[in-house]
Amino acid sequence: MAYTLLGKNFTPPDLHAKVTGAAKYSEDFRADGMVFLKTLPSPMPHARVKAIDVDAARKMPGVVGVLLPGEIKQPKDAGHAILTAYPVFVGQPILAVAAETEQQAEDAIQAVKVDLDPLPFVTDPLESLRPDGPNALVGGNVANRQGVKLQEIKWTGKDFAKAGDDKLPMGKAARVWSFGDLEAGFAKSKVVVEESFVSAANAHHAMEPRSAAAYWEGGKCHVWGSTQSSSFAVPSLAKYIGIKPTDLNLVSEFCGGGFGGKAYSYPLMALPALMSKKLNGRPVLMRVSRAEEFINGSARAAFQGWVKMGFGADGRVLAVDSYIVQDNGSTAGFWDFQNFGMATSVILQPEAMRFHGIPVLTNTPPKGAQRGPGENQTANILEPILDKAARELGIDRLALRLVNAPGGGPNGKIGPKQAPLTSAFLKEGLEQAAAKWGYAEKIKKTGKQANGKIRSVGIGQAYHAAGYNGFDGMVRITPDGKLHIHTGVGNLGTYSYAATSRVSAEVLGYDWNNTVIERGGTLKAMPFNIGQFGSNTSFTMTRTNYAGAMDAKQKLLEIGAAMLGGKAEDYELKNERVVARNGSGSVSFADAAKKAIELGGKYSGHEVDPKLNPLTKAAVGMIKGTGLIGVAKDKLPKKGIVPALAAAFIEIELDPETGKVEILDYMGVADVGQVLHPQGLDAQIRGGAVMGFGLAATERYIYDPAYARPNAVGFYQAKPPTYLDVPAEMASLAVEGAVDEQNPVGAKGIGEPVQGSASSAYLSAVSDALGGHMFNRVPVVSDMIVNVVAKQPQSYKPLQVNNQ
Amino acid sequence: MTDYMHAFDLYTPASLADAAKLLDEHGKDAWIVAGGKDSFDWFKDRHKQPRAVVDIGGLKELRGIRDGGDHVAIGAATTLTEIEENKLLRDGFPLLVQAAAKVASPQIRNSGTIGGNVSQDTRCTYYRDGFPCYRAGGNSCYANTPTAMNREHALFEAVRCVAVTPSDTAPALVALEAEMAISRGGKVRTVPAEKFFIGPDVDITRMTVLEAGDILTEIRLPKKWAGASSYFEKIADRETWDFALVNIAMAARAEGGMVKDVRIACGGVQCTPRRMTEVEDLMKGEKAGPELEKLAQRVAARGAKALNFNHFKIPLMGNLAARAVRSLA
Repeated sequence: MAYTLLGKNFTPPDLHAKVTGAAKYSEDFRADGMVFLKTLPSPMPHARVKAIDVDAARKMPGVVGVLLPGEIKQPKDAGHAILTAYPVFVGQPILAVAAETEQQAEDAIQAVKVDLDPLPFVTDPLESLRPDGPNALVGGNVANRQGVKLQEIKWTGKDFAKAGDDKLPMGKAARVWSFGDLEAGFAKSKVVVEESFVSAANAHHAMEPRSAAAYWEGGKCHVWGSTQSSSFAVPSLAKYIGIKPTDLNLVSEFCGGGFGGKAYSYPLMALPALMSKKLNGRPVLMRVSRAEEFINGSARAAFQGWVKMGFGADGRVLAVDSYIVQDNGSTAGFWDFQNFGMATSVILQPEAMRFHGIPVLTNTPPKGAQRGPGENQTANILEPILDKAARELGIDRLALRLVNAPGGGPNGKIGPKQAPLTSAFLKEGLEQAAAKWGYAEKIKKTGKQANGKIRSVGIGQAYHAAGYNGFDGMVRITPDGKLHIHTGVGNLGTYSYAATSRVSAEVLGYDWNNTVIERGGTLKAMPFNIGQFGSNTSFTMTRTNYAGAMDAKQKLLEIGAAMLGGKAEDYELKNERVVARNGSGSVSFADAAKKAIELGGKYSGHEVDPKLNPLTKAAVGMIKGTGLIGVAKDKLPKKGIVPALAAAFIEIELDPETGKVEILDYMGVADVGQVLHPQGLDAQIRGGAVMGFGLAATERYIYDPAYARPNAVGFYQAKPPTYLDVPAEMASLAVEGAVDEQNPVGAKGIGEPVQGSASSAYLSAVSDALGGHMFNRVPVVSDMIVNVVAKQPQSYKPLQVNNQ
Repeated sequence: MTDYMHAFDLYTPASLADAAKLLDEHGKDAWIVAGGKDSFDWFKDRHKQPRAVVDIGGLKELRGIRDGGDHVAIGAATTLTEIEENKLLRDGFPLLVQAAAKVASPQIRNSGTIGGNVSQDTRCTYYRDGFPCYRAGGNSCYANTPTAMNREHALFEAVRCVAVTPSDTAPALVALEAEMAISRGGKVRTVPAEKFFIGPDVDITRMTVLEAGDILTEIRLPKKWAGASSYFEKIADRETWDFALVNIAMAARAEGGMVKDVRIACGGVQCTPRRMTEVEDLMKGEKAGPELEKLAQRVAARGAKALNFNHFKIPLMGNLAARAVRSLA
């Protein structure tokens, strides 16, 4: 469909501030009388605090307050504390000190004496599952926020003995599901591939640490916080602070990266507010260091897994059996392990599948959702296995993928219930990108080159669920004729808050220059919107903004009728005017807004749908009477899971003498339906690829199991890729002809699988360069390649985690 | 963890003599900084908390590159970027230029100095994290245990401590037979680069001969190696802002592929830059080619003792030695 605004490039309104440095992040704010907060990190991975002596610290110069764990009402999640007398990982904050200067606060922290009683600890999930293995928490070793209560599960000695050293032991699972006839699938398979594997954890490492500041005034708590989401963060943060959501003013205008680690609120975000409360509302700033960000931010969950896959002669996946042991970290974690099953069922559309999973607690920092949580680990493991199957079947690697990939629109299925996907064009994406990228020609140039390097090609695919519904859209037309688009979605950095806001202007036929996006804080009157996570913004917020704008449109038409006579359906919107279809007259949006104020009631926001979220109602309350208010809940139909799907092609040269891999060429393709913002999409595809190359090749997450202390906390230690590690040019593509019929503009998101498709393509290419060597481990670091070429064993034990 | 430095007195002396006086005055409480790239890490982590910090980065006597007749002299406070861009060095000593250009990141090279790069402490994560190891004055090595994470650690000469030199310029300076000028109380002594770096067998708490009161003032490159063939390669996980897993620096005189003289040093494999003397020996008088490459590869890491996670450095050293030989063919 042809749109005026959608599918066109534009300059997002916050861009200049970011480029010039004018953008203020949470630690940039200062207030009169502000004091600084520092926390005392636990030196032990699992312990009980026996005694705390803060007498010396209280007497230190500048110290104004000490906050102890017993003074705080803690969240109920397993291990999830704001401050704790029961630390479950090294670095977990035990107490906080506030002082006139940051240095004084840190000096005081150094003077605190804490007596700890050490408890057994564990960093390897399999060690915890052994019959006599330690539990990471006193209450058990297995838990997950998606329906797995804290409990103790131990596997038998026989479970371990049967597996041997190289294969994943498989005892009692916490989750099992299946569909189809697995045995029949394997029986009719021409090739069966079975592999045990490890996918390493890696920290989120957002550029902006999770600093926060807060003060209290007039019974309300004001927080400057770093979060991907705006309104979605309010209820949970208010709960951490212990107040009603309507008593919280949250400023979250900019977020220097989150990748899921700042999806909405988190316990530490509440700490300045709690300290400020103790100090009678005095402003408190907590600047979080890079190391503290590693500790208090989260990390992608590691997997220790096993998969068995049966393929027909044409490469069709007939059966998949699988088992994922997830390193859940020390809290209830995220459900990455379950997403292995979901992603496998989407990308491969197997005829039969069984999934087993168990989320095991370890005394490492909390594991949380990171870009494609579970789905991207899945892609990294599966794609080289698909290559292996193709080699054994003697068929082309792309052909094998094409025979399995969902395509053609609303045809795919997902998960144990084989629920429908709203739209899938992965097959078309693979075909279109292969043609544009020149896959057939490039595959002919692979092999050893004159420079001694080995050239190879890789293919990757990835999936993420990408769409919700039922949120509130809100717009306001003010008497000056401007359209104010109120959005609470947040500003992760992708500019999708702006791209999706353009739907409102599109619906009302607005000149984009005559619109204002109201966002970045509760005082901007934010409706209750979905958070900016899970690749969902494009799908969810286009629907949401569509709903709000359609409500405004109806009200404009009604006002036209009220002012000029007739019925609403006698009017249409043109050039920011309400125009009689018979040409008898028109009213400007500005005059309609004035009339809305005069009419009051639903037109001015004095009356609203009682089913709106309380936060939306509060937001309407802030702007009622200032213009024509369009506000409505998204009640558009939705059936099925919205799949974000991406594929990638990569050409590399591997230096067998050094293990170094150079990326020669890359193309990422995204099934996004209607493109909202071409530049934004291009940046997502290329940026996701860069992050994916880190996931596949360089990022490190290191814990010595003897101490459970992190050995790679800084950027230079954790090693996300830099500009110099990736090609200057990378190509991006949106699948032509794709549309999601369950979105009013045909759009859906893509943020997460563009990472997994890139990382898995990279791994596919590296494996191919080495003659199909199966590392069955992510990342594949250069030393692993050197070892393979030198025909010497790898350093790590087959299922070891936290060692790379 | 904290990322907030302790309070200290910062001195910015106007002359080398003033700096020497300050060091004398404060003794072991004094700490020299120039670029500060290594020091601030220690301070922010509060594992080192000197009371007097003497900033010698602004001393004119320590800045710049000059022709000293039979040598080229580089002031210790000269930045790595200045070295990278200097014509005298680019023309005469490309080995050092190549090494300097591989240090850390462009931002760090803009303020980090050559003196700091050769004087920096080791990056052993246990030591830097405040573990009470031998190097920190304790009685254990945490990086050499059955569970230790020691991918970056030493293959050679590990005496209690398995830490390695992290410097990229150090192997180049050893290969180029640089002389290190050290000032103490107004008197200057010179030490060959090869002896400037010391292992745990000499002093487990230091990486160089520098002691309290010493100031590294100048690095002199003898013209013996000016215009020589050179080969530098750094293998790291990333192309920038990373320390070498292994690096190699070679200065050689060859004619028609025949090696007349050669010096090779390797970083990241022991506490000091490791001379590849066996490789040098077999190369002299031989013609570079596949056969010599193979022999170099074979002997490059002879005597290596691998830890849990670093045996990949053994073939890597061999491959780098072969590549250095290949560069002369």
